Amino acid sequence: MSNTQQLEDLTTQVRRDILRMVHKVNSGHPGGSLGCAEFFVALYTNIMDRKEGFDMDGKEEDVFFLSNGHISPVFYSVLARSGYFPVEELNTFRLINSRLQGHPTTHEDLPGIRIASGSLGQGMSVALGAAQVKKLNNDSHLIYSLHGDGELQEGQNWEAIMYASGNNVDNLICTIDLNGQQIDGATDDVLPMGSIKGKFEAFGWTVVEIEEGNNIEAILNGMAIAKSKTGQGKPVCVLLKTVMGNGVDFMMHTHAWHGKAPNDEQLATGLAQNAETLGDY
Amino acid sequence: MKTYTNTGSKDTRSGFGAGLTELGKTNENVVALCADLIGSLKMDDFKANHPERFFQVGIAEANMIGLAAGMTIGGKIPFTGTFANFSTGRVYDQIRQSVAYSDKNVKICASHAGLTLGEDGATHQILEDIGLMKMLPGMIVINPCDYNQTKAATIAIAEHQGPVYLRFGRPKVANFTSEDQKFEIGKALQLTEGTDITIVATGHLVWEALEAAKTLEAKGISVEVINIHTIKPLDSKAIIDSVTKTGCIVTAEEHNYLGGLGESVSRVLAQHKPTPQEFVATNDTFGESGTPAQLMDKYGLNAEAIVKASETVLKRK
Repeated sequence: MSNTQQLEDLTTQVRRDILRMVHKVNSGHPGGSLGCAEFFVALYTNIMDRKEGFDMDGKEEDVFFLSNGHISPVFYSVLARSGYFPVEELNTFRLINSRLQGHPTTHEDLPGIRIASGSLGQGMSVALGAAQVKKLNNDSHLIYSLHGDGELQEGQNWEAIMYASGNNVDNLICTIDLNGQQIDGATDDVLPMGSIKGKFEAFGWTVVEIEEGNNIEAILNGMAIAKSKTGQGKPVCVLLKTVMGNGVDFMMHTHAWHGKAPNDEQLATGLAQNAETLGDY
Repeated sequence: MKTYTNTGSKDTRSGFGAGLTELGKTNENVVALCADLIGSLKMDDFKANHPERFFQVGIAEANMIGLAAGMTIGGKIPFTGTFANFSTGRVYDQIRQSVAYSDKNVKICASHAGLTLGEDGATHQILEDIGLMKMLPGMIVINPCDYNQTKAATIAIAEHQGPVYLRFGRPKVANFTSEDQKFEIGKALQLTEGTDITIVATGHLVWEALEAAKTLEAKGISVEVINIHTIKPLDSKAIIDSVTKTGCIVTAEEHNYLGGLGESVSRVLAQHKPTPQEFVATNDTFGESGTPAQLMDKYGLNAEAIVKASETVLKRK
């Protein structure tokens, strides 16, 4: 267990990694990555019960699936800084012959990745399958997953959401990154989804809301509540309210940085706002 | 010419069901998922015997494919069951990303393939599935010829590590291969030896090919019939060896000629042994309602059509 300061230091470093990764190749998705930096750091450092090393089957440990694969920069940074592969490898993000593909994949055998994601809406089904197998294997560990709010527009999610409650898959915590933004603008403008909380509850899920999704303490408290709700016959959903681009002022509260890299000057500004805490790769 | 006997027509989907029942007893890692078609896929026995390893997903095929991919994580071997159309076209991207690209050990088991599900018509008669599946990197594509072979194939694919597409059908078709056969993925089976023409067929058209061979033999034509139960990986050597002897070939399948077995054979021959070839397949068309026999006749997928194609190709030698 790390203390809050350590987690915040790690988050700052992860933000630097994200900015530098996408800047180097002038491509990638910084906005959503920055918005979920605190969540990933808290998840991999304090929340999940993980084993040393990487084993695809993930038996007797908590397992995480990223459904909105485009936020690969934050995933890669946190995986590297959690020891799954050398942090220097972040230098190869999106380059030819790299294990760090634009979107996460198992295809290049990158430790820490258990499913390819990028084409949206598929991760919840995968997480559910893994959760049901945990039960078959008498493994009491949990499955965690992360999904974008815009991603919920994909119909497969609702097949999965219906299935999860219908089959009492209660060893699963699906977190929705509620940043209210997608490529073409605000989710409410692109395709209004109404109350996501109301929808999950209507489908028989337990919903936990984390109002300050970029606050480490709030995430730890909220996820602890979510964990306490598992094992009660219902799937658990966490609505994590985040700010896209968090930690880099000109990237915040806008969808403009969904899939756009900073230029040299913007990179310098972003890095100046996030001190090098643990050492750049 | 070696002859084969139909020991009693059976549906290949029942061969799948029997194979799955067997796997339930012998391999505790096998799990099965079905999208509201348990009876049609003959998965009732597995469900009854292993309720904890059976997952009814409802009419939600995309979710079923994702669930199956997730179930491999933790060591299970998922077999998904629905109609061929809903096993492939409906869920292509789910199979592509969550199964094939993710290298997951999922067995996609597809019944009611082709025209011969009959009266339901074109919405349910997929003639493009072999093409869709064979284009996916790493995907094995198997289309066994009868009940016994479908049962053997079902058992065999559990031993293969990686994604497999197993295609079978609804109608009762001749059952003529041996009950105790060992199924080897990717190994073509030479059923008759001949010197004038090679007929390679897949699925229940293998029986039609044997019937066609009888007619051709009666006309003094020596026919080599090869059962290609595995379309990918294709047994190129068996095909090249045979046409080296015979000098011409007919391919036969219940599938569109675009993307099917015939095109896979053409590629092999174009690269290694250019050979006159005729195609018994559907001609870039949707199907329609009718009885299986009527449809096979109208769309040119029976022994008569194979004889005709053989006579055409023989003239091109």
